[in-house]
Amino acid sequence: MSEKVLLVDDERDFVETLAERMEARGMEVSTATSAKEALKKVDEESFDAVILDLMMPEMDGLEALTVFKKKKPELQIILLTGQATVQKGVEAMKLGAMDFVEKPADLKVLTEKIKEAQAQKMLLVEERNKEKIESIIRGKSW
Amino acid sequence: MNCKLDIVCETGLQFFGKMSSSNFHEIKNALAIINENAGLLEDFSNMTSEGRIIDSERLMVLARKIMKQVRRTDEIVRNINRFSHSVDDFVKRVDVGETVGFVATISERFAVMRGVVLEPKHPETQVRIITSPFFLENLIWLCLDFAMNAAGDGKTVGLITEETESGARVRFTRLDALGESSENMFPTEREEALIKVLGAYLTVNTEAGEIILGLAKTI
Repeated sequence: MSEKVLLVDDERDFVETLAERMEARGMEVSTATSAKEALKKVDEESFDAVILDLMMPEMDGLEALTVFKKKKPELQIILLTGQATVQKGVEAMKLGAMDFVEKPADLKVLTEKIKEAQAQKMLLVEERNKEKIESIIRGKSW
Repeated sequence: MNCKLDIVCETGLQFFGKMSSSNFHEIKNALAIINENAGLLEDFSNMTSEGRIIDSERLMVLARKIMKQVRRTDEIVRNINRFSHSVDDFVKRVDVGETVGFVATISERFAVMRGVVLEPKHPETQVRIITSPFFLENLIWLCLDFAMNAAGDGKTVGLITEETESGARVRFTRLDALGESSENMFPTEREEALIKVLGAYLTVNTEAGEIILGLAKTI
């Protein structure tokens, strides 16, 4: 099954080229150049992973990460940044990021993390479905 | 040894670090684009070795994108280099309008992040004073940082340099939300310390939506 990915970065040339390379590797890729545009896409579609730039105008990556996780807790978010500091990395992981990758990213590494994200999301969705079924079964008086 | 770091040194170091890291971040962004475009070229190369035909125009587009980012990186490196050299001479003759434009350039990322547009207006004739280039850049940045937060819905900060009898002044204009920002918060002790070093003065005109930085002809 191909991985469905949302790429979010305010550098249009970056997202367009990376998207083309990922698509050539069999992934289904959507792009957004702002956190607001990304939030709209997350509302409309389901993604296995969101690759999110940490530093963006208007709403930065950490703010966006918080909103994404609130909306869809199962979403697997990989933060991408040109300004990697340990402090930011720790903060991102505490807020629920799956991983943290420094720019320029190695596509092989990023692809592995996306596959990991997809597996993680499937597990979470499976667990949630199981809980739902159990709750329905418990609620019924057979 | 008893070495006490005073507020001017501390503020200066923070400014140096902030500007450097912001501009290095920009370089990383440019490198990331170069990296992806080079990667795509590699992908195309692999495709051609498998017998697929790649449109030469596509290759040209990739080459242009790489060249654009190389020019961008070169400009950032030149700016960082110039900024680093601003500590070479403690006091020298400085073109104020040009310095204001330079600080606006190296602060561009901070403005973009806040959705603010900086509009430096160069004076028709050069306005020159004898001052400390680095501390002048630092004080202009601190005023600009405050001004960007006070830009309000207009999201624009004008930077106007003018010659005065006593030296020069820089006006930070179009600060629509200056009245909403707490006047007591500006200038802080950091700006006050730099004002002393540069023999400058600061006026906050809430009604006109302006901050005026007056600079002495010589320090």
